[in-house]
Amino acid sequence: MSLSGEMRSALQAGDYQALIRAVPYARTLGMECETFGEEVVFRLPRSDDNLGNPILPAIHGGVIGGFLEMSAMISLMMSQETPRLPRIVDFSLDYLRAGLDRDTFCECHLTRQGNRVANVIVTAWQQSRRKPIATARAHFIMD
Amino acid sequence: MNDETLLARVSRFIGTLRHCQHLGIRAVSATENELVVELPYSDAIVGNPETGVIHGGAITTLMDTASGTVVICALPEFELCPTLDLRVDYMRAAEPGHPVYARARAYRVTSNIIFTRCETFQEDPEQTIAHCVGTFMRIGPEATPKAYRDLITGGDDE
Repeated sequence: MSLSGEMRSALQAGDYQALIRAVPYARTLGMECETFGEEVVFRLPRSDDNLGNPILPAIHGGVIGGFLEMSAMISLMMSQETPRLPRIVDFSLDYLRAGLDRDTFCECHLTRQGNRVANVIVTAWQQSRRKPIATARAHFIMD
Repeated sequence: MNDETLLARVSRFIGTLRHCQHLGIRAVSATENELVVELPYSDAIVGNPETGVIHGGAITTLMDTASGTVVICALPEFELCPTLDLRVDYMRAAEPGHPVYARARAYRVTSNIIFTRCETFQEDPEQTIAHCVGTFMRIGPEATPKAYRDLITGGDDE
């Protein structure tokens, strides 16, 4: 699958933030990322537009899913030697706590990278890393 | 409850979900145990700027909304049911420029858990874009403030 020029140059520069900015859906969610040496933490700043349940209020479960899926995809792209766009095959998402109306963070672990299929695990939290709000597992196929 | 009342209820519910308003998600039809919800195509949900294909996350949001809302059709009284988990299989990319529909069913309701299935499609309902199974937890109607319950039911539970 073809990559846009913007994505290709972000990949070559190893610039996560530029890669995120090149994806319209990621801009809609407002997600960002920070790197600490080799560690990468994705961040979803609180936003009224991302809310679901108005009573708590809480972030829409689908937004948490989209944020985790997008983060998994970006971290997988960055781990590739040649620029390829991963295509998602399946996605399992466990909601552990309500995602409250505040900043959300996540980090990704590439559990297995085969020739064509990759398995990524994502963990999301808000106040404390020790209290995850969601975990996800995704398979991607690399074209 | 007749289908018209159900559609009014699920529409009011989806209307209170800010992110659904942001993406333009709306209920199309509702019957007891089956709900169809529409996600219109827009630049905001594009995952691949080169092809215009919708990002999987927006499809996940559509299916979470449809599955979480079909519980309103399945239960005698309105209650909010938080999502426990979702498992999504992506069969094919959605055709850019066209809306995506999600059809959700609650196929088993227990006192604690509601089990849902949902598939998304475009023009042809047989051409599945993605499929999703979900579980939702019942926390009881009392866990939701009465004012909000009345807003959703339009007071027609009384």
